[in-house]
Amino acid sequence: MEQPMIQNILLDKFQHEVINIDESSDMLTVTVRKQAIVEVIGFLKEELGYLFLTDLCGIHYPDQELALGVVYHLHNFQTNTRIRVKTFTSVATPEISTLTDLFSAANWMERETYDFFGIIFTGHPNLIRILNVEYLDYFPLRKEYPLEDQTRTDKDNRFFGR
Amino acid sequence: MEHLGKEHILIRPEDYDKNFSTLNLGPTHPATHGIFQNILTMNGETIIDAEQTVGYIHRAFEKLAERRAFYQITTLTDRLNYCSSPINNIGWQMTVEKLLGVETSKRIDYMRIIIMELARISDHLICNSVIGVDSGALTGFVYVFQEREKIYEIYEEICGARLTTNLGRIGGFERDFTPAVIHKIKEFIAHLPKVIKQFEDLLLRNRIFMDRTINVGGITADRALNYGFTGPCLRAAGVDYDVRVMKPYSSYGDFDFTIPVGTQGDTYDRFCVRQEEIWQSIKLINNALENLPEGSFHMEVPEFYLPAKEEVYSKMESLIWHFKIVMGEMDVPVGEVYHSVEGGNGELGFYLVSDGGRTPFRLHFRRPCFIYYQAFPEMVKGSFLSDAILTMSSMNVIAGELDA
Repeated sequence: MEQPMIQNILLDKFQHEVINIDESSDMLTVTVRKQAIVEVIGFLKEELGYLFLTDLCGIHYPDQELALGVVYHLHNFQTNTRIRVKTFTSVATPEISTLTDLFSAANWMERETYDFFGIIFTGHPNLIRILNVEYLDYFPLRKEYPLEDQTRTDKDNRFFGR
Repeated sequence: MEHLGKEHILIRPEDYDKNFSTLNLGPTHPATHGIFQNILTMNGETIIDAEQTVGYIHRAFEKLAERRAFYQITTLTDRLNYCSSPINNIGWQMTVEKLLGVETSKRIDYMRIIIMELARISDHLICNSVIGVDSGALTGFVYVFQEREKIYEIYEEICGARLTTNLGRIGGFERDFTPAVIHKIKEFIAHLPKVIKQFEDLLLRNRIFMDRTINVGGITADRALNYGFTGPCLRAAGVDYDVRVMKPYSSYGDFDFTIPVGTQGDTYDRFCVRQEEIWQSIKLINNALENLPEGSFHMEVPEFYLPAKEEVYSKMESLIWHFKIVMGEMDVPVGEVYHSVEGGNGELGFYLVSDGGRTPFRLHFRRPCFIYYQAFPEMVKGSFLSDAILTMSSMNVIAGELDA
């Protein structure tokens, strides 16, 4: 199925849920409201043949109002097309429905995302930390946790890119 | 210390009256071939349930990458699947090239294919010979490790390193293949079929090996897709998905090769798929060597490709580029790319988001064995402990890739 067609189908079916459709990057990128994420991805899987969840990861844009995002990459083997679905939520209510009912692969990937970004996947069967230690009390990939020791005074951040 | 997850280790109260025992397989058990733990609930010799604990060698690569210049991230990717690190290196470099819009020449592509296929051979050799070891046949392991050593010598000749190779650069290679490299590859490829044949004679139709591996740790194609399997494990289940064919990168489209698929998705099929992939890799390397075009071994990417040392010492402009690259002062364009290569274990993906700074805004590695290892309990439930160990080694779970 051609990209414009998928766009039209999605816009048709989810006109209130789809926030943005972007074709400029390497694959069709759809941003949807978080309330509809399971519905949209379920539709992509059941109706449009995106049977394979390639990747699921979090992202943090501290300057946005809805700062925390989850990025899903889906793959349709039959037409050999990929689609990227994004959804955003605020740091105050970092809750997004789980995809584990649709894809068993989402289990650990969601745990990893929770582990690093603190995004709570509601309905997940076992949402505990996976790579970090259990007693870690912060979410390390959020941007407010800088990698380097910020008490250092001998290094000027301007010279190191950030 | 009560928050250390003891509830997973202790027997649950509802299981008190059952004759289940708990067995800790790992974290440093030799059969796990890496540091990760399996807590098995056993009824005698039968596995009732398994629970994996991963993260023992988690090194926060995704966070580290956010403070590193692009060329410095290649060294992080070495340490993902360390049995085939050149694939990871080149995969990352191609991701950056995709973001920068750099098209590489055929010569670079073919050189990359040669190296990536060598890495795939070394990965599959280790995995398959270890299946042999875990089923009690140590001999084959010793045979093929000599060949792996030769592959490492080729790496050494190309880039100076053996395990964590940091091979190649953004835009090509740091130096051309020397005659010694070509000679070593040719010698290796000429000799390898004999050894693989010998190895297959030992195991492929061996009654004991077949009894130990057929119908062990099987998974259906449907479940495998649902679990996000890729690579040999998915193909053993009967799905012919290979990134090299579905989205040919690095001129894989120029070559004629077959993607082997299995039918049962069990340990034996995974073994056979890997063996056949070794044969296909040999064919690919031979073809790429024969048709290796002349030309430069790197593209003109002055912003990211280090100039030659002689020029740095003699030309002002080269010195400036050298300084800027080494200090990581090169801004990258704003963009978002996902690029994947067929690693030893499956689709190794790089999701790179750049905000126009000097480092990635976000970099996520899609590590194939992290995703498919979660199917392990489903695959071993109801089987014997010795079968679980074989299943694990045939899934080729590499701790570095698991934990990133």
